[in-house]
Order: sequence, then structure tokens, then C-alpha cells
Amino acid sequence: MSLKPKSNWELIKNGMFGENTIFRMAISLCPSIAVTNGMKNGVALGISVVFVQTMVNMTVSLMRKFIHPKIRIPIFMLVIAGYVTIIDLLMATYARPIYKEIGLYIQIIVAFASIFARAEVYASKNKVFSSMCDGLGMGIGFLLAMVVISFFRELLGKGTLFGYPIVSGSPLLIMILPAGGFLAVGLLMGFFNWIDMRFFGGKGASGV
Amino acid sequence: MATEAKAHELIVSVSPHVRGQETVARIMWTVNLSLLPAFIMSVYYFGPLAAFVTGLCILSAVLSEHIYQTSLKKKSTIGDGSAFLTGLLLGLNLPPSVPFYIPIVGSVIAIVITKLLFGGLGYNVFNPALIGRAFLLISFPKLMTIWSEPTAQFVAMDAKTTATPLGVLKEEGLAKLIEIFGDKTDLYMSLLMGSRAGSLGETSAIALLIGAALLLYRGYITWHIPFSFIATVGVMAWAFGGQAGLFTGDPLIHILSGGLILGAFFMATDYVTCPSIRKGQIIFGIGCGAITMMIRLKGGFPEGVMFAILLMNCFAPLIDRGVKSKKFGAVKEQKEQKK
Repeated sequence: MSLKPKSNWELIKNGMFGENTIFRMAISLCPSIAVTNGMKNGVALGISVVFVQTMVNMTVSLMRKFIHPKIRIPIFMLVIAGYVTIIDLLMATYARPIYKEIGLYIQIIVAFASIFARAEVYASKNKVFSSMCDGLGMGIGFLLAMVVISFFRELLGKGTLFGYPIVSGSPLLIMILPAGGFLAVGLLMGFFNWIDMRFFGGKGASGV
Repeated sequence: MATEAKAHELIVSVSPHVRGQETVARIMWTVNLSLLPAFIMSVYYFGPLAAFVTGLCILSAVLSEHIYQTSLKKKSTIGDGSAFLTGLLLGLNLPPSVPFYIPIVGSVIAIVITKLLFGGLGYNVFNPALIGRAFLLISFPKLMTIWSEPTAQFVAMDAKTTATPLGVLKEEGLAKLIEIFGDKTDLYMSLLMGSRAGSLGETSAIALLIGAALLLYRGYITWHIPFSFIATVGVMAWAFGGQAGLFTGDPLIHILSGGLILGAFFMATDYVTCPSIRKGQIIFGIGCGAITMMIRLKGGFPEGVMFAILLMNCFAPLIDRGVKSKKFGAVKEQKEQKK
């Protein structure tokens, strides 16, 4: 974390690109492989994460003066679980077909490293609005990563996007299987590292 | 000061001082040469299409290595024959009648992802040709299991499709397999000569054995991996492969069919991806054989050589560590006994 305070726009941008959950920090990789075999699922999970991340950051920041440091982890957990339950029930009611496919992963948002990490390192130490922006940026970064990964996986693996046929011919079936998920995440991570090194003078190492 | 040495000066260079004639390129091209009989047999049985598929594999493997290395401003290493060998092995592992894009996709995956992204020749964890084939088999399960009937005539256009011996064995049993080929001797002869359905280069056991003999004679491969691999397959086929109970199976069918000979002699013995200690190589071979037979007898695929070698490739460094010999004179650290 940089020491000097960032503007809210910088915080959002940082979450989207500089500290992108999947491609830069390399955390929350499990859902990025498990649900990205179709754009629909990837986008649905991404939007849920945007919501949960923003609300959790806001709530934790609101409560930061009252949380005793020794029990902060269970409290974060409860806050996250609360918002995940909201999303879970909403989806189960209004988006039944998608929920059938990725319902398990919606519940697993409770254990996402990225959400927990932001609550701990940012929201519990900063003001409400900037925490919200941080959460929003992180969530959008996750959403973008999910969109990029699932775009390539669905296009190559099924020849469709959002279920609509785009290309005909025999697709690379491996891309919608787990092995293809690892391939796609690895290659895209390498590609974004290359862009960072080539055009922005970054060091290119992913992870922290 | 000039750094060049004058004629009367002594030059002290880093060892080795005496070099043999063997180079990576020489070994690789010899292996390529040793696969020539199998290639000729594949063209003989499956027609000019076989040459086309294999050629396309080689061409795209060499080209993708060249393009990758020149675009990264590295020295192109296509001259050492390893990309050629990867393409050749991949080609010999494909079914005869694949559409043209399959060899290209497979070669690019094999060379760029399996070999070059890991650091080039000598750093790859898995056998590139086999990863290429595994990628293709999982991606195009239907196209990769259309097996043409060997015709031994140069008409490839309307080749009939049929099942591989292992496919028949898995689906319909031994009796049916013998019925297709006539009698048991005919079956063995067909398997030995290569007159059966299968991947391009794997069908003719005799041609592969000629090539393997060359490699063994030159000392490029040792008997450890192929022997333990094939022996394990034989023993397990004999013990568990029969319908009538234990020890009634037919080991010869399992040894001669599928890609066992090709895999055992030419792919499991890849220097980079197998253990380098002899004892480890025997363990490696036994592991390959055991996994092959597990897949053949109990798994979902009729053939398991490819997955067996790939799985054992992961364990090669671990095996090497396990069997490393103790330094002479070193004392083993004694653990304190718990009381």
C-alpha cells in the first residue's frame, strides 16, 4: 500500500489495473478457472463480486472504530457472509438458470481472498467513501478479468459468446475444461505482464 | 590489452577439454533417422495422406520455433533437429485422416507452450509431442479417433474407417479381435508388420524396432526404460487382462498394439523428461507400464501410453531425487530415537 492518500479515481483505477485481483495479485484464482467457461457465468459472478466487495468495504469502514482488533476477522466474515447471502437469495429468486450453474460459487464468495484482503488492508483503516471506491475498483478489476478470461474460453471452446454462435467449425473443446482454464489464465497473465513491461515500464512480476 | 591469445601463449579454458563427437544436433538427427522406417511403413499402409500429415506437423513445428525465437530476438535453434523431431513424433502419433488444421494446432501447442515457454530444449517438464497430442485428443475427441483401415494401396481418398485393435479388445473382447484378423497367428503378424488401424507411426512394430535397435546400438538410449515399461505392460496384461481370471491374459496383444513400442522406445526415453539415473529409469518405466495398463483395462480410453508417459514425466525429478546415490564416505544423519 502506498502511503500517500490517493484520489478516489486513482483508487478505482488501481483496483482495475495496477492491483488487478487475478492478473496482478494472483489471488482468487479458483473462481477464475471454475466459472469462466462461459461469459454468462463469468459476468454473473463478476457482478456479484463487485456488489459484495463495495458493500463490504463500506460497511467495514463504517464500523472500523468499533471493531475490536482481536475479533476483527470473525466480524469481517460475518459482514461478508451477510452480503453474500443477499446476493445468493436474490439470484436464486430472479436468475434461476444461472444460479443452477454457479450457485455454489456465489456462496463461496464468502471465502474469496480478494474481498477479505481489501477489508483488512484498506477498509478497516480508511474513510467510508474512499473505501467504497477501493472496493468498487477491486470488484470491477475482478469483473474485467472474468470477462477477458471467459471471452477467450467461450469463444475458443464453444465458438459462442453469451450462448450465441459466433464462429462455426470444430472448437477447441479443451478450453472449456479445467485444463483450458489454467492455460487461459496463465497465458493472459503472461500477456498482461508483457504489456506492463513493454508499455508501462513495470517489473512484470505478478503476485505480491 | 589484447584479449586474443598469441600462438605461443598457453590458453587455459574451462573444462571439458576433450570433447566427443556427440552433439545435441547429431543425436536428434539420428533419432529422426531411426524413425524413418516407421514413417515409410505409415506411407505404405495409409497412403500419401500420411506423408502429408507428418510433413505438415514437421513444417509447422519448425516454423513455430523459428518464428517464436526470431520474434524475441533469440538465436533460432531449429538446426538442432529437436523441433523437427517433435513434429515428426507428433505426426506419427496422429490418426491418418485428420483435417489439415489439427497438425498445425498440435505443433504450435507442442513447441510454443510445452517447450519454448518453459525455456526451450532441456527445460521442458513434459514431452512436447505428447502434450501436443493430448491437447488435440481432448480438444477434438471425435476427429482424433477416426481410424482409417490400412490399405497398402496408394488410394487414400475414400479410406474405410475401423476400430483399433485395442478399441475392439475393449468394446467387444478378444474373440472378436481374433475373428477380424483371421486367426491368432494372423493377428500377431498384422500387429508386427503394421497392417492394422491406429496412429500413423505406431502400427508397424517391426519398423519401430529397427529404429530402436539403431538407437540402442549407438547408445543414445539404454534398455532400462523401454524394457521395464514393456515388461510391466506384459506382466500386467498376463495377470489382469484375461477374461477367465487371473494370469490368463494375452501379453503379446497388449505389447504389440497401441502406441506402446513407439512410446517406450522413442518418447519415454526423451532425455529431458525422464530420470537420468538408471535405477530411477527402471522405476519410471514400471510406473509408465502400470499406468498404461490401468487405463487400458479399467479406464475410459482404449489406449493409455500417452497419459502414462505424461503422468510419469511429472514424477521424473522426484524419482531422480529419491534414487540419488550417496556421496562416497558421507555419513547418513542419524535421527534421534524417540523415547
